Amino acid sequence: MIPAAFEYYRPKDMAGVLSILEEHGDDARVMAGGHSLIPMMKLRMADVGHLIDLQDVEGMSEIDISGNTIRIGAMVTQHDIIDHHALSAAAPILREAALQIADPQVRYMGTVGGNVANGDPGNDMPGLMQCLDATFHLTGPDGEHTVAARDFYEAAYMTAREDDQVLTAVSMPKPAGGHAYEKQKRKIGDYATAAAAALIVKDGFTCASASIAMTNLSDTPVYSEAAGAALVGTSVDDAAVGAAVAAMLGDIDPTEDNRGPIAFKKHVAGVILRRAIERAWSRA
Amino acid sequence: MSKKQHYTITVNGKEEEFLAEPRELLIYTLRERLNITGPHIGCETSHCGACTVTIDGKSVKACTMFVAQADGKDVTTIEGIGGPDNLHPLQNAFKEHHGLQCGYCTPGMITRATKFLEENPNPTEEEIRFGMAGNICRCTGYQNIVKSIQAAAAEMSAVREAAE
Ligand SMILES: Cc1cc2nc3c(=O)[nH]c(=O)nc-3n(C[C@H](O)[C@H](O)[C@H](O)COP(=O)(O)OP(=O)(O)OC[C@H]3O[C@@H](n4cnc5c(N)ncnc54)[C@H](O)[C@@H]3O)c2cc1C
Ligand code: FES
Ligand code: FES
Repeated sequence: MIPAAFEYYRPKDMAGVLSILEEHGDDARVMAGGHSLIPMMKLRMADVGHLIDLQDVEGMSEIDISGNTIRIGAMVTQHDIIDHHALSAAAPILREAALQIADPQVRYMGTVGGNVANGDPGNDMPGLMQCLDATFHLTGPDGEHTVAARDFYEAAYMTAREDDQVLTAVSMPKPAGGHAYEKQKRKIGDYATAAAAALIVKDGFTCASASIAMTNLSDTPVYSEAAGAALVGTSVDDAAVGAAVAAMLGDIDPTEDNRGPIAFKKHVAGVILRRAIERAWSRA
Repeated sequence: MSKKQHYTITVNGKEEEFLAEPRELLIYTLRERLNITGPHIGCETSHCGACTVTIDGKSVKACTMFVAQADGKDVTTIEGIGGPDNLHPLQNAFKEHHGLQCGYCTPGMITRATKFLEENPNPTEEEIRFGMAGNICRCTGYQNIVKSIQAAAAEMSAVREAAE
């Protein structure tokens, strides 16, 4: 498994990254932890002439919680998220989800930026970010841009990020209410057969708001507005959960692969969402 | 297309300088260039953990890192953890508790376990199984690996307490 040859760069700042991207265009690509990109390069499914390693770029590894806003640098790893007490207190769903990604070795290397920029429908963080209504911060030759996570994903490996843009951070409002990240996988280290992220805010005995997103059940993550709406104003009883599951099933579009046929995936998606809602509600 | 580059990597405390193409995977640098053959190649696809080394305090699968990424870093392999004359408590515990059969996964297991016990010196069985989930063993059924790590953790705690 020897990847094709490439030129390697390790710039110290974003200006350095952008100038290499500008010079080599499509033929250049950034690498964060490399744990999605290197396997693809080894299989020669990704051909990268100029590889820009982001590990030394300053200002991309911070976690900042101020007031109601959380900002996570693109180079923050899944391990960093699990290990960060203030972040776990402010947004426990991030830690709960990160613990279900890959295995310990991969989590030391895999970054938030790589996970959300990759565009692989199997990645867990895109759906999570849609549930949290996160904003992605991009920088490129025309300066800074922001894109909502809910608008970012176009198709498998196709996102709103231009080739000459780098994702520098994600930010999100501090989530309120109860949360759950539920994932069905064949074994530890596997991508989801189905995963659900849920955030539910309770007002008295009824649901005031609900945000639900699903992973690996379409060629993009699926933010199911209808599933959330089915819960609002209810006491999240069995009928309401059933309605939310039905609404979610209308929004996903799974395909058959080695994780099972379509009917099975829909079944698992329903089970997983039901569990996620029940757990989020119990914590709301 | 891409020329050989000059790299400096500290492996088990020794500075190694050499020329290599950036695309060389670190596991090949270690095994074939530097003759450090403790880390093994099981799957070569980032799944089995046989190639695990410690790099700047992280457990890393050396089959999933280019040598260029490791330039300037500090790498520890099983050879740097202990040898026949000075077994690490984990190595000793794996020997005493039959934590290996064929031994193929063992260097990766023990290298990962050193880092795991550093982060969690008194783990429960469940924590051991979760913290070691990146390493696959085809022989033992894991039970004796868990036992070995528990025994090493107890031994290392006792040594720490005695030193205090
Ligand atoms: C065995 C194994 C199991 C795994 N299991 C899971 C799992 O269960 N769930 C899951 O979500 N992931 C899983 N992963 C993927 C892992 O989490 C990846 O590390 C992660 O998806 C990508 O992060 P990275 O930092 O490694 O990105 P890289 O591999 O470095 O990059 C991925 C892609 O994103 C681009 N990119 C990276 N950073 C940026 C940036 N800042 N701006 C713009 N583009 C960028 C790269 O150009 C590349 O196209 C697994 C990986 C392995 C090897
Ligand atoms: S050889 Fe590296 S993970 Fe299997
Ligand atoms: S002892 Fe044979 S693979 Fe683990």
